Amino acid sequence: MSQLTIVVVGNGMVGYKFCEKLVSRSNQFNIVVFGEEPRIAYDRVHLSEYFNGKSADDLSLSTSSWYADNGIALHLDDPIQEINRIDKTVHSLKGSVIKYDYLVLATGSSPFVPNIEGIEKKGVFVYRTIEDLDLIRDYAANAKVAAVMGGGLLGLEAAKALIDLGIKETHVIEFAPRLMPRQIDSAGSAMLQSKLKQFGLTIHLNKSTSEIAGDDKVESLKFNDDTSLAVDMLVMSAGVRPRDELAKLAGLQTSSRGGIIVNEKMQTGDECIFAIGECALYNSMIYGLVAPGYEMADIVVTYLTGGDKSFYGYDMSTKLKLIGVDVASFGDAFITEPDCRTIVFEDTHKGVYKRINISNDGKYLLGGILVGEAEVYNILLQTVNNKIALPPSPEDMILGSRGGEAAEGAGVMSLPDDALICSCEAVSKLAICSAVNDGALGIDDIKKCTKAGTGCGGCVPLVKDLIAGTMKANGQYVKNVICEHFDYSRQELFDMVKINKLKNYDLVLDHFGKGDGCEVCKPAVASILSSLWNDVIVKQHTIQDSNDRYLANIQKGGTYSVVPRIPGGEITPDKLIVIGQVAKKYGLYTKITGGQRIDMFGAHLNDLPAIWEELIDAGFESGHAYGKSLRTVKSCVGSTWCRYGLHDSVSFAIEIEERYKGVRSPHKLKGGVSGCVRECAEAQAKDFGIIATEKGWNLYICGNGGSKPQHAQLLATDIDSATCIKYLDRFLMFYIKTADPLTRTATWLNKMDGGIAYLKNVIINNSLDINEQLEEEMQELVNTYHCEWKEVVKNDELRKRFVHFINAPEEKDPAIKFEPMREQIKAKW
Amino acid sequence: METITDIRWVLACYADDVPANGGACVKHGNEQIAIYNFARRGEWYATQNLCPHKQQMVLSRGMIGSEGDSCEPKVACPFHKKTFSLLSGECLSGDEFQIKTYPVQVIDGKVYIGII
Repeated sequence: MSQLTIVVVGNGMVGYKFCEKLVSRSNQFNIVVFGEEPRIAYDRVHLSEYFNGKSADDLSLSTSSWYADNGIALHLDDPIQEINRIDKTVHSLKGSVIKYDYLVLATGSSPFVPNIEGIEKKGVFVYRTIEDLDLIRDYAANAKVAAVMGGGLLGLEAAKALIDLGIKETHVIEFAPRLMPRQIDSAGSAMLQSKLKQFGLTIHLNKSTSEIAGDDKVESLKFNDDTSLAVDMLVMSAGVRPRDELAKLAGLQTSSRGGIIVNEKMQTGDECIFAIGECALYNSMIYGLVAPGYEMADIVVTYLTGGDKSFYGYDMSTKLKLIGVDVASFGDAFITEPDCRTIVFEDTHKGVYKRINISNDGKYLLGGILVGEAEVYNILLQTVNNKIALPPSPEDMILGSRGGEAAEGAGVMSLPDDALICSCEAVSKLAICSAVNDGALGIDDIKKCTKAGTGCGGCVPLVKDLIAGTMKANGQYVKNVICEHFDYSRQELFDMVKINKLKNYDLVLDHFGKGDGCEVCKPAVASILSSLWNDVIVKQHTIQDSNDRYLANIQKGGTYSVVPRIPGGEITPDKLIVIGQVAKKYGLYTKITGGQRIDMFGAHLNDLPAIWEELIDAGFESGHAYGKSLRTVKSCVGSTWCRYGLHDSVSFAIEIEERYKGVRSPHKLKGGVSGCVRECAEAQAKDFGIIATEKGWNLYICGNGGSKPQHAQLLATDIDSATCIKYLDRFLMFYIKTADPLTRTATWLNKMDGGIAYLKNVIINNSLDINEQLEEEMQELVNTYHCEWKEVVKNDELRKRFVHFINAPEEKDPAIKFEPMREQIKAKW
Repeated sequence: METITDIRWVLACYADDVPANGGACVKHGNEQIAIYNFARRGEWYATQNLCPHKQQMVLSRGMIGSEGDSCEPKVACPFHKKTFSLLSGECLSGDEFQIKTYPVQVIDGKVYIGII
């Protein structure tokens, strides 16, 4: 049987999804794809992440070998110019002529560029493709002020991209009286506006642009109200228009307002030609989201493979994060009284707006809007779509139940089996629960076997709840136990050790564990004991990791490195000389660390006490470089010397480093203090970062360098030093008490239900009513600080442990060898 | 009839020298031997001090513990946490490594290692 040829015009997200679905269901087709862009299909939904570290490859939906592997002929950079419906052929720009049996138009849309005087000037861009982004990036390098025309979803995305590019001043100009007019109401827009203002965006509403002025490049915008705005560049985001020109040329029916008219099978007037995605007009409506586009692709694939499925419109509910602000709109968001009753919650302090519309009889949820906090979006959407009866107090759905037990996760499990959980991939609740019953264990497994959560990712929290709910229903208990010896999470064990006042590992093991322990639970319990009682850790040296056991960092070859504390990176010439002398005397390699201190490498175990004796005599203390504890608080030079500095960042960094030095935590902790917004201390890459403002300090938490860098998130703005330390006490102690072993603050926050909003509520609003306790506990740790090396140096019994051969204490490890390198040594290995 | 074994017992150190539930290294000629005082179980073990994974002389500085229902005694190398059975010397972390083990006796507070 000869294969039927299917030609796909357009290689965007929907065109790609069509191919993916078709090859997964049939090998009866010969597929040919033509794309106008020079690259394979990529994720346009997350386009703005291109300026945020993602490469074009990261955004790609597949690899070029994927097309070949699946027998798909791919023509990139080669748009179709003409369709001949009589011969059933398409003609490409580069001269290919392909005969089709079926033709699928997935031509998408293009940015609408209004006919404003001066629109052709240099410095005016659109925001749609990676090429557009490259042009914007190049031009932005020399721009200080930029504007985006259009305050819709895409316009705000574009504005974020400009901020990410380092534009100092970004304006958004919207013709309508509110932002995102398709998604949110005026009150929601006002809340969003005030949030965006904090991120440095200036919003202009009710502004109609009459002219783009400038010589050959844009220099200013002139508005109908006779005002103007000087800008260096302009990004147009005034909506999109369906790409229907090819269809129109072929005599297919299109709408005067744009769009290729299709029936419920996505068929155009020509039964061999289909249109899907943003170029298709069904029932007088364009569906400009990716999920309905995927659904349309599915309908055509079903038709071609002999099935029967129709398109009946699509739920246009959306949830997204705009410049760090959650915005969601679902169901009938704009319906008003008397057709419904409306419940509104507004908190201008936190910047949260929530509105739900319920039926007049109070039984059903019709729709709503969420700004600033949208954790409940998924469950609200499910409540609308599945017509689930509302609880007697529907306001609980946006406010949380106040008083009484929260029925956590119960809502998810009560959804009907056919409830659509992942709308991008059309995965039902039943499919997810079945996968869990078949052995899928976590979100990654579910993504692999059902594809749920692989599109926009918005349903991931809901999928996680379903996994947990299903496992619970099956009697499987999900929790992170420490290891085979302790059937408890670190947090549980922490509390149990505290309540029972257990002070050593063996007691903890006897009380709560089994077996003889191991290299996982020993240091985990050691960390708990330290965080609770702050005793000298070398008293229980055999439960410590090697670095903690010898209070130094083991290096290649078995030597150790020595790092004295240099708080805030400030050091006197005399102390520098001592470090030099000690390093010279013991033959150590010296290097400046990333945390603004000096590391001395190549120390024999036997020499460590003597080295430290000299350092301590000169006034140094342990730097805890070996511990899961505070490492450094990095600082810039600040207002004492720097002409930009607003406050004395060095003094504050020293104060903070002195306060938290020696505090043991689930993982290492790093801090930073910058004296101004230039952020020379890179504080936003630290577990806690403090940046000076005109009025005080901004405090950021849970950042991370390392293999998966993550920026710290803003906890509080313009606070004074005392408040900053108070918040840090609470934050650090809460982390110490609740994190899993070896979990950095960034990962801890990523795993936290409710995320930064929840953590803010705990630290600032005392939502758990534990802040007083947290502060006391931290103060206790601060009060019981001791330099571990001082304890060792003055104690002969402890010093005796620092030998390589127990039967030849004077002898050093003969296996250790060095070789010269750039006038110093390195380990020979 | 008496069986004569070829084990030569060598005095390695004093029992007090090796920390409870930890290890220490002794020098035997040019060999480095790690001795473990598994005080929790009242047992003593000895292995080579070299971790075969990255050829580091460090096993005596590792943490000891047990694995599985049979409570197999083990030591974890401080470098990359490869674990080895103190009974058989077999690597328990799924690699094809094997370390040498030695019999140990403690008599009157003195630790003897059996060299074969």
